[in-house]
This record gives sequence, structure tokens and C-alpha cells, in this order.
Amino acid sequence: MSDETSPETAESFQPRIVAFFCNWCTYTASDLAGVSRMVYPPNTRVIRIMCSGRLDPQFVLSAFRQGADGVLIGGCHPGDCHYQEGNYKCLRRIELLKSLLDQMGIEPDRLRLEWISASEGDVLRDVTHDMVAKIKELGPLHLEPVPQPDAQPAMAGDEGA
Amino acid sequence: MSKPKVGFYWCASCGGCEEAVVDLAETILTVVELVDIVFWPCAMDFKRSDVEAMADGEMAVCFINGAIRTSEQREMVELCRRKSGLVVAFGSCSHMGGIPGLANLKSREGILQSSYGDGVFSTVNPEGTLPRTETKRPEGILELPSLDECVKTLGQVVEVDYYLPGCPPPVKLIVEAVMAIVEGKLPPKGAVLAPDIAMCHDCPRVDSKPDEPFLKEFKRPHEILIDPEKCLLAQGLLCLGPATRNGCDHACINGNMPCTGCMGPVSHVRDQGAAALSALASLAASNDAEEITQMMKKIPDPAGTFYRYGVPASMLFMNIDPDGNGGA
Repeated sequence: MSDETSPETAESFQPRIVAFFCNWCTYTASDLAGVSRMVYPPNTRVIRIMCSGRLDPQFVLSAFRQGADGVLIGGCHPGDCHYQEGNYKCLRRIELLKSLLDQMGIEPDRLRLEWISASEGDVLRDVTHDMVAKIKELGPLHLEPVPQPDAQPAMAGDEGA
Repeated sequence: MSKPKVGFYWCASCGGCEEAVVDLAETILTVVELVDIVFWPCAMDFKRSDVEAMADGEMAVCFINGAIRTSEQREMVELCRRKSGLVVAFGSCSHMGGIPGLANLKSREGILQSSYGDGVFSTVNPEGTLPRTETKRPEGILELPSLDECVKTLGQVVEVDYYLPGCPPPVKLIVEAVMAIVEGKLPPKGAVLAPDIAMCHDCPRVDSKPDEPFLKEFKRPHEILIDPEKCLLAQGLLCLGPATRNGCDHACINGNMPCTGCMGPVSHVRDQGAAALSALASLAASNDAEEITQMMKKIPDPAGTFYRYGVPASMLFMNIDPDGNGGA
């Protein structure tokens, strides 16, 4: 879609990325990145969830609907889930969700799942850099607004036409 | 006291909802005793001018089925809205967009091209004539309604008081809704007039529904002989029961076919397709990324599967780039 209404140019575009991080691994990794003074772009808005398996696909759609240009999900490495299998459940859902997004005209690359353990602050930094760069390439996401009855023009006086 | 006046109108629909009213069979006599039908173009001879002649709010209730895509449908539902005390979205199409709502996966131009384009299907249209809103003839100008960019639910065009879900709504729910209106025993505005529990809740096959991920392969109905007793999910079929509202008495499941989700979501779910996707994807019994990818490939059309009746009602509303250039 064209970008006529947005004041942003391609150069100034700063992606909004909603990041859902698992409490036990990736959220702790982001703490580590912070206390280690690692530098990475401020484009992610982090939401802590107890497990990547808690991530309802509705959260992802809701993030896109509310203006996210990308969604990043961070969970524990396979085999390391605090709840045994939550990260695998997330993996199964994300696979299917990506093909759904594709059908709806949203590039699957706007949704990214990464396994980042509590000790991998540097991986978190690199993934964030990379994701911001990729979303900048893709450009802003403009969803068609959902119509509301109030937004419709009044039909008064049209009777008998 | 005079009987409450009732109207029925249809928009982008198949006529099945009107059929559901006829399916009331002898119950319709009870309904007719209780109400006056003052508008029902499908079954009785009423004209738009009859509705225009009514006072605002004169109809107690208007049941509107079908999704909204043309200028005529918009005008008519706005007219019906003004003339009715209550508007009830009747059936999946007006509730969530329904089957016509799947058109939101394609662009308006793409649809016109595949319907009227030369060389497509059996169309012979060498001059590439497309429907026009105005055509000049010696006798005068002929007018047709215009086709909107996308399909909308009734609630996205006018204010809706209640929703009667289903494709078509089950007779039992129609009768209950009419009785509730006549007796003034209505739930809060905006409610869906059906039980607020999931299909699986009292499914006759629920005992064989497994609790743990167990599926090695998703199946399509033509690929297997379906066991008429066993949970359809346990057989690998994409049954939308876990993410669909109850109220149809398991019509499809009792017909030995998986639920396709026409009753819409329960009230605490915002997006039925995402909820169904979540429920079904997590049944896959694999922890291997490559194997999972292969399994999910057996679901070739997630949008058409999980949003069969609700692309316009989904959070994404429509394909933002139907021609496949990406969203940028």
C-alpha cells in the first residue's frame, strides 16, 4: 500500500515492534543486555509473558491491529522450557500463523520467533538489530481500518430517490 | 394492544436464512399470531416505498441477513435501521461477513476480472464490459448499485442490537429470539442470542477428545473413513468445535462432518480464527521444527479454514494487499 498519509519518509521510518518475551529466558536476557550496557535500537516495546506458550495468536493480530509494524517473540531454547513444552506449542502456532498472515497480505517476516536463553543478552541485541533492519526494509504496515457504523455518511433525505 | 411489527431483509446472502424462517414450519403460525410481518421482500410483496412510508422506529424489529457490499445494501440497511426499534443481524453473513466475506481475501478489481474477464471460466466478453452504475440507452439512463471495495458485516455499517448466529441460524434459536422480543425479556444490547459455551462443551463425542497433543497428521474429510462415534479432532480432522459457540445442537458433527465455525466465537474470544488456529495448531504432536512445518502444510488455506465465516469480523478485516505485493 502507498504511504501518502504518513509524514514518515523511508529514511526516518522507525518501526514499532511489539516484543513478547518469556519470563524465564528472553525477558531475563533483556535484563542482562541492559545491565551489561549493550546497545540496541529502542524500537521494541517489550511485554513480559510467563511462557511463549501463553502467547495467544490473538495477541499478535491485536498488536498488528494497534499499529505494530512487527512482532518479535522470545522463548526458551527447545528442551529448556520452564513448563516443559510451552515453547513447542508456540512454535506450532507461529508456523500456522505465518501462513495465515501471508494470506492476509502481511509479510510473514513481520512475525519472528527466536529462542534466546537468560544468558544470551548478546543474542537479544543482535536479533533486535536485525529485526529492526528487516522491518525498515519492509516499511510501515498499514492495515485497512475496521469500519464503524458512526463513520458512515448519514442517509437522511435520501428516501424516495 | 396492536401486534409488534416485524421486517425481514436480505443483503449479500444465499437465501438460506430465509429458508430457515420457512423451516419454522408450523411454529411460524405461532409467530404470525404474535407479530405483524410488514416487510419481507423475499416472500411477500413489499416495496422499498412501503418502508419509506413508515414512521421512524415503527417496526419493532428488523431481522437482516447477508453481508454488505453494494450501495443498495447500505442504503437499505440504513433505511431499515431508521425505521426499526431493534435490528437483529440474522445469520453468519450479517454477523461476521459469512461466506461472501471471503471475498475480502481478494481485491475488488481481481473479483471483477475473474467474473467478467475474457477467457476466465466460461466468460466470453471480448469488449471487456464491466458492470456500470449508469448505462445510457435511448429510453433513458439505467442505474445499477455500485460494488464497494470490500465486504462488511452488518454491525460495521449500522448499529446492531442483537446477533442471531449460524449458517443459517438454528430454528430453536430463532423461536427463542422472537419470544424474547415479544415478551421483552432481552439480554443486554449487543448480545449474541445463543448459549455462551463452546461447541465441545456438550458434544456427544467429547469423551474421546484427547487432552494432550496427539496428532501426527492433519487430515481432510475426503481422505479418511470418518468414525461416527469418535471425536473428529482425534481423527485428525480440523473441527472448529473448540473455538465455536454452541447452539446448533451439533448439526454438522451429528452429520459426521467437522464443525466449520458458523456460530462464531464465544463472548470472551475477540477473534475466532486466531482462537481456532491456536487450539488446532497446539494439537500437533511434534517438537521438531521441520516436522511441524510439514504438518502445517496440510492446512493449505488457513484463512479460509479458520475464518470461513468471518474474514470481515476478524481483527485483520481484509487482505491489505490482495495482489500479493506485500503490505508495504
